[in-house]
Parts: sequence; structure tokens; C-alpha cells
Amino acid sequence: MITLSQDEERWLSGAAGRAMQLAMRLMLSAAEATNATEFVPIEFAHINSSFYSGEISLAFVDFLLAEGGHLAVPTHTNASLISCTTPELRPLDRTPAEVAGAERLMQRYEELGCTPMWSCAPYLQPEGRPSLGQHVIGSESNAVSFFNSVLGARTNKYGDFLDVCGAMIGRVPHSGLHTDEGRLARHVFRVDEAVINAYSARSDTLAHVLGIILGSRSGALVPVIDGLPAATEDELKAIAAAGASSGAVELFHIVGITPEAPTLADALGGRTPAFETLVDLSLVNSTLASLSTTTEGDVSAVCLGTPHFSIAEFIDLLSCLDGRSVSDQTVLFVTTSRAVLTELELRRLTGPLLAAGIQIVLDTCTYYTPKPSGLGELVMTNSAKWAYYAPGILGVDVVFGGLSDCVEAAVSGHVR
Amino acid sequence: MIGHGRVLHAGLATGPVIQLDEPLSFWGGFDPVTGTIIDRAHPQVGASLVGCIVAMPGSRGSSATPGALGEALRLGTGPAGLLVTKPDINLVAGAMVAATLYNSSCPVILVDEETRRQIRSGSELTISIDGRLT
Repeated sequence: MITLSQDEERWLSGAAGRAMQLAMRLMLSAAEATNATEFVPIEFAHINSSFYSGEISLAFVDFLLAEGGHLAVPTHTNASLISCTTPELRPLDRTPAEVAGAERLMQRYEELGCTPMWSCAPYLQPEGRPSLGQHVIGSESNAVSFFNSVLGARTNKYGDFLDVCGAMIGRVPHSGLHTDEGRLARHVFRVDEAVINAYSARSDTLAHVLGIILGSRSGALVPVIDGLPAATEDELKAIAAAGASSGAVELFHIVGITPEAPTLADALGGRTPAFETLVDLSLVNSTLASLSTTTEGDVSAVCLGTPHFSIAEFIDLLSCLDGRSVSDQTVLFVTTSRAVLTELELRRLTGPLLAAGIQIVLDTCTYYTPKPSGLGELVMTNSAKWAYYAPGILGVDVVFGGLSDCVEAAVSGHVR
Repeated sequence: MIGHGRVLHAGLATGPVIQLDEPLSFWGGFDPVTGTIIDRAHPQVGASLVGCIVAMPGSRGSSATPGALGEALRLGTGPAGLLVTKPDINLVAGAMVAATLYNSSCPVILVDEETRRQIRSGSELTISIDGRLT
């Protein structure tokens, strides 16, 4: 049973309005359901309730605004259903209720006081990047995993309404991944040396594949990877996104790389793991093959930036292009955030990108953007998350490959 | 009385029981407009949950689960009540927000695995405000 503070009692009583009362009631129920005995204060929230999923999305924020709801911590918004800068990706006349609803929802969350980040990769900008041990609210699955795993911040995955309610009271139940015990690894994934040797020149692809393997085999247990010699931040981002797509990985450790795993024993809390999995070459190769629905053909689009592209990835992209342009038969979409675009402009990198024929898309993602808006029949991507979801959502064929393979496909117009 | 569960979200409900063999993702696996399961990998695909007491191991996956459950309760295509064997705060969030916005009732009750197995699909069940199942 939780002992409530004066503020919490007041919110619960309704004296601070019905919105604060709902927020307090919901977070108290969450605490009771998870057997938490106290709340912990949070630094900020990154919310997904601002993603339109029906009239209730709007009714909820309208209720908060009308009934005295206000945010206690900085609150950033996840990627939206629509792009404000590239509206043609989701034409109004195809799905008028959704497009109009999403537009209105974005305005309403700004009125509530959210920072309009509209990005699934909040950690690419300083205000969305928590430090080791800080408690935050994450909702978007890749960001939850990145916060926990790569930065050592602490969050559970908060669903719709819970994320905003937590941001309004500025605290969450002390349970799950907020606790020391909840963060210990139970399942070891040992990467065979043959894998490291075979993929030494394709470490970006390997990262996505490792994420898919973690997601499909970890279940509810925290996984730890042993045997990976190095990983860039963008590769860690790939593992986080893929592991949260093929499964429900909200935290992973990598021995010698992520902050809570200086050694395997540290990650396991000194205990014997419940499971061990050998990640050998045949598992990696078969998982890689499973991410493509076909192997060759004319490529109508190349989609990069799931999660949103970082500055380092844009620089890699320009270096792979090496002055060449995208083929007339192909569109190359890169999804990213407003903040990354601003940084690209400061570095004078947008000119070369646009000159090469690249379409930069803000605020949204392309894996759930309807096919009529130009994705065509065969899409190439460097993102395992994109490859995992898009065939089901968009009905397109997908070829998954590394960044340089994607660039070659975009320049030549085909893959083989 | 069949059993007694722990109340995660209080409410009254009466309806036919449907047992789900696997966790369900309400977003993507369930159509709020028709109230039916559309996840092709789910053993109960095609089943309607409208007005039913749904006994399930829990929800799965997406952070959009509360919105999808709440949207169904808004449309009147949602379940009458939910019996879960693991505490599921996403289902509580959907039920509580819909109750606040639309006065809908959809209790969420935590039961042990043995109680869940005793309840037969198709039988009529009543959930009382304190979590009693009769």
C-alpha cells in the first residue's frame, strides 16, 4: 500500500480538477497492480498518446484541457500519424477522419504544453536524452529500449493515457525496470566468433539482425549479449528498435558496451542465467534472410530512418552516395526529426542531400504511411523494424540490406 | 460463487465468457469497429468480444492497447469485463479512461490460473464491484 503525499491526496480528491484526479487514480491503480510501494519522480516524458488512434485520442486530450490538466515535467511527443512538412504522404481525401484527427491532436498536445518533437528518436537531441540512473517516462518501444539499455536511464513502457497521466503528476510507480532487481539480465546470448568475423564489414546489418534475434527469443526476460567487440550508437539504436519489433525487449545489456554491463556477472547480478542461446552463423544468416520477402527486382522506393536518422547516419549516407544521385525510377525517403534537420542545415548538409534527390520526411515514419502516396511494389530498407512491419501494414515487398546496399539500389533503381 | 479476484479496475458486468488461449494485442490484433479479433496468428481469430467477459492471459505488445480498448468501449463494441491472470496496467488504463469519458463499465479483475481454468467458455458470468465472480 502506498502512503500518499499531500499533493497526491489533493489530486486524488478532485480538488485540483477532474483531469488531475484521473491522472492520480490511474497511476495509483498502476502502482497497486504492480505491487509498487512508492512513487519515483521523473525527469521528463516522451509520449505516444499524441499518435492518433481514433476519436478517443482527441476526447482524452480535450478532457485534460477542459478539466484543468497540466504537465509537471517537460513532455516530448513521439512521431505522428502525419507529416506537417510532407502532407502528400498521407493525402487527406484517402482517410479524412484520420488526417484531420491527427492534425487536431498535434495542436491539442502543443496546447497542453508538450514540446513538439514529433520524433521516435528523442535521444538524438539533448532535452530528450536522459543520463544514467535517471527515471523517465518512455512509450515508443525503440526509445524505451534505448533509454534503458544504451543510456542506463530507467523506464517501463507506458501505454496510451498512462504516459500523459504520469507526466501530469511527475512520478511513476517504483516497479519493473525502475528497480535494480528488474534490470538484471536472465538470458545470455553468446555471439560466436565466426559471426563477428563474417560480418566485420557489415556490422550495421548485424546489429539489426541481433535485435530481431533478441526480440524473438527473450520473452519477458532481460537479455544480455556477450561476445560483441564494439558497437556504434546507431548500431545500438538498431538493436533497440529491432528487439522491440520482433518481441517486447525493453532493456538489453551488452557486455563491455552498455553502462550496466561492465562484465557479464554485473549484468546478471552475480546469478546463473535462466537461459543461454548461442548466436551462430546459421542463426544470423537465416534471420537476415527472413527480413526480406524477395531478393531482386526494380526498386520503387528506398526507406531509411526507422527510427529517425541521426547526423552520423546522414554523413554515412552522403559518403555512400559519393556525389551520385538517386535514380529517376526510385524515391529515397529519409525520415528524421525537426531537430536533426536544423542541425543538418547548420552544418550545410541539406544542400548536398537535396541535390542528390533525397526526400527528407519529418514528424512521421514511412512504414505505416499508405502505399498510394508513392511507395510502390518493392521497397528496400536498412531498418529491420521497417522490414518487420511494412509487408503486413503496407502490403509491399521488402528487401533488407545495409546502408551501402540501399544506396546502390537507390542509385541504380534495382536490386539483385 | 465461482471465485474471487483482485480488482484492478472496478465495475459491474454480466455476460457470456470467452476464453482466449493466448494474450491479445488490442491494437492491431482487434478491430474496435466490429469488436472482433483480427490477429490471424491468434487461436480465437474471428471471435467477437462484444458484450463478453473475456478471460485472457493478458494483453500483448503495443503501447496503443489502452487507446484501442477505450475506442471499442466508446463505440459499444468492447468487452463487458476482463479477467486476467497477470496484472495488466494497459487494460486498466483503457477501461478507466473510457469510464471517465463515456461512463462505460468494463471491470478488470486479476484471477489466479486455477480460477480462470474453472470458468467455461459460453457460460454466463457476473462480476461484482468487489471482484466476486458468480
